[in-house]
Amino acid sequence: MSSTTHDADISHGHAEHGHARPGFVRRWLMSTNHKDIGTLYITMAVIGACVGGVLSMIMRSQLMYPHNNIVTSGEEWNAIITAHGLLMIFWFVMPALIGGFGNWFVPMMIGAPDMAFPRLNNMSFWFLAMGFIFVMLGLLLGNGAGAGWTLYPPLINAHYSPGVATDFSLFSLHLAGISSLLGAINFIATILNMRAPGMTLHKMPLFCWSILVTAFLLLLAIPVLAGAVTMLIMDRNFGTSFFEPAGGGDPVLFQHLFWFFGHPEVYIMILPGFGIISHVVSTFSRKPIFGYLGMAYAMVVIGFVGFVVWAHHMFISAISTDSRIYFEVATLVIAVPTGIKVFSWIATMWGGSIEFKTPMLWAMGFIFLFVIGGATGVVLANAGLDQELHNNYFVIAHFHYVLSMGAAFTIFAGFYYWIGKMSGHQYPEFWGKVHFWTFFIGVNLTFFPQHFLGLAGMPRRYPDYPDAFAGWNFVSSVGAWISGLSTLIFFYILYRIFTSREVLADNYWGEGATTLEWVVPSPAPHHTFEDVPVIR
Amino acid sequence: MALAQSDPTEAANAYVDAPHDWQMWFPAAGSPMQAHIDWLMQYVLWIMAGVVGLVGCLMAYAMFRFRASRNPVPGRITHNTVIEVIWIVVPTLLLAVIIIPSINLIYYEADDGAPYMTVTVTGHQWYWEYSYNSVPGLDYTSYMIPDDQLKPGELRRLSVDHPMVLPVGKKIRFNITSGDVLHGFYVPSLGVQRYAVPGTILTSWTEIPKAGTYYGECNQICGADHAAMPIEIKAVPLADYLAWVKDAQANYTENAAPASPLSPLSSPLPHNQLAAASLGAASPR
Repeated sequence: MSSTTHDADISHGHAEHGHARPGFVRRWLMSTNHKDIGTLYITMAVIGACVGGVLSMIMRSQLMYPHNNIVTSGEEWNAIITAHGLLMIFWFVMPALIGGFGNWFVPMMIGAPDMAFPRLNNMSFWFLAMGFIFVMLGLLLGNGAGAGWTLYPPLINAHYSPGVATDFSLFSLHLAGISSLLGAINFIATILNMRAPGMTLHKMPLFCWSILVTAFLLLLAIPVLAGAVTMLIMDRNFGTSFFEPAGGGDPVLFQHLFWFFGHPEVYIMILPGFGIISHVVSTFSRKPIFGYLGMAYAMVVIGFVGFVVWAHHMFISAISTDSRIYFEVATLVIAVPTGIKVFSWIATMWGGSIEFKTPMLWAMGFIFLFVIGGATGVVLANAGLDQELHNNYFVIAHFHYVLSMGAAFTIFAGFYYWIGKMSGHQYPEFWGKVHFWTFFIGVNLTFFPQHFLGLAGMPRRYPDYPDAFAGWNFVSSVGAWISGLSTLIFFYILYRIFTSREVLADNYWGEGATTLEWVVPSPAPHHTFEDVPVIR
Repeated sequence: MALAQSDPTEAANAYVDAPHDWQMWFPAAGSPMQAHIDWLMQYVLWIMAGVVGLVGCLMAYAMFRFRASRNPVPGRITHNTVIEVIWIVVPTLLLAVIIIPSINLIYYEADDGAPYMTVTVTGHQWYWEYSYNSVPGLDYTSYMIPDDQLKPGELRRLSVDHPMVLPVGKKIRFNITSGDVLHGFYVPSLGVQRYAVPGTILTSWTEIPKAGTYYGECNQICGADHAAMPIEIKAVPLADYLAWVKDAQANYTENAAPASPLSPLSSPLPHNQLAAASLGAASPR
């Protein structure tokens, strides 16, 4: 990191060029600036991750020993697992990657002054914030909403889940969904219309590609979720029977609708991370990304195929033998573009001059652990094996390898990569590495033994389990405590960043960092570009 | 309700296929289906372990060989058509190698025709109901034994009051449904798992070569006591099974249909009217 004294003239010029500095309320509650809204999203993600993380710690504490009584009732347990899933997906990973880093860096990377629709951008954020209140009410009111984040009827119907908590959780998904949908429209309009002169789509940074593909996935998937959730709300409250067998409905229809949204959703959570990792690997290898076009179109293919594989979540539900075969083969196909990405990252490193700064550690950790999660994904794509593995801890281990270690590692990689650009202060390198290694050990210790629990037959969503599963559950809980302590280190790092007096150069990573955000000062000024950048 | 003095299911106690401490792999295969699953799992997992190992080695080598202190001047190569084609073609071939045995397993698992007998399994909040289609009136419930009422030899969270009893060496078909919410009929040691969906019958099947006790659990969230509706299956020799049927008909009377002249059947028929009738409702969709 080159922390030289910044040229004072330029930064002052930027600060004084803008309008009068807005007050707190004006700046943060009525914000139309993409950087401020990005900051709001990242703050939301920190809050969502903290609440979701505390719920994880409660769950792992309960499961540390068999016959434990930290969680006192099944309803309470179900409310916790439901809220954990919803919070981590909709209020941690998505706001961090899409609303947070996407808002901050997509306009900067394409040389645009702001997002296409700044007020819509503000509205997107506040819908999400309201949704957070609703999902917390869903957790805390009465017995809580306890049908799992998959919301399967009939359990979620009014007869089996009485009380207003479940309705709050359902409406929270509507709010988060509207937020994502408006955000997606905004990103698509911005990326397609506001690129700097000379920046063709085929010269656009991969992070912008990843957000573009993600935005299209949101645009197509969220309305299906909204429809399914609306039908649930009507079944619960207005006497319809979309999913009620006694009224001619079918619970399996909901599974199809949910996973038609739900499977693209997993790519929505990981594609922006792919974009970040490409930049980090390229920057710290001091080498342009290998196979740029292959990388971009691999994401397009993943996004496209991601829409036609949904029923692999229903291999042991009511689908026919031929459907099992089709969905298995389609699912396996996704391994090919994903392989292109992984091998291209390694090829980017190949021949490079690699510096192991904290963001690069997170990126390396991500690639390796994501490959492990991808390998178990190939295992789970086999419909015949799902008859043994579906819904047990092998699945939990698989999707936490691609989310808790995949998506979360990309978020941390992006955070350490860009925090200097966002805040103007650099993180302490030593503590960043301590954070990485403790978290790496913690999450692996948490989730690797869960493969064994799954193979031995432990079902998910159990607050108590047969005694034979006690050993690996204890190891897993110890890992969770290490990850939890590691997160405290992250908060210490945040404290160090915001109390730092260090002044950063425009491009504090040096020659490897080549995208447009590195030509503007750190922190990036309120108005990014004084002149429209022209790309050769 | 006490069974007859001599327990006809005693043969099942000789072999208990239950999870054990620090278990790291599938349970011992209790059925040919589980043996098939175990084989394919090892096959796929070893291939994928090779992939993970290759990626790990490539990464480790790149990180070591191209670290800044050893390779201060980065190269500029960003394209190599040959290598890019290789890393598309080789993974595709690997997938083909996986897909062929995998599809065979799907067909094998779906082949639930011509069973010796059919048991209708109905999930309820929070117990299972077993109805023997070939034995009119034999329909009973199976509850987990609460933690504070366990007797020596019973397994916490796995043992039930009235296990399902099946004959060894015979093909058994399960018609799985639910009386309320979704449940999951999951018996890992037999390789059997299907959702229990209200309004729909999903089928699976098993054949248990060895007399013994096999355990399973509800594997789809179904409310507050989701973790408290395990499955216990006792497989016994056919003669013992028939003896058990007689006992059960005498004892499990709560749900029994009014006695007809044909009942009690002395032996379950391979295909009877009830089984055939439920087959029609059970055609997989």
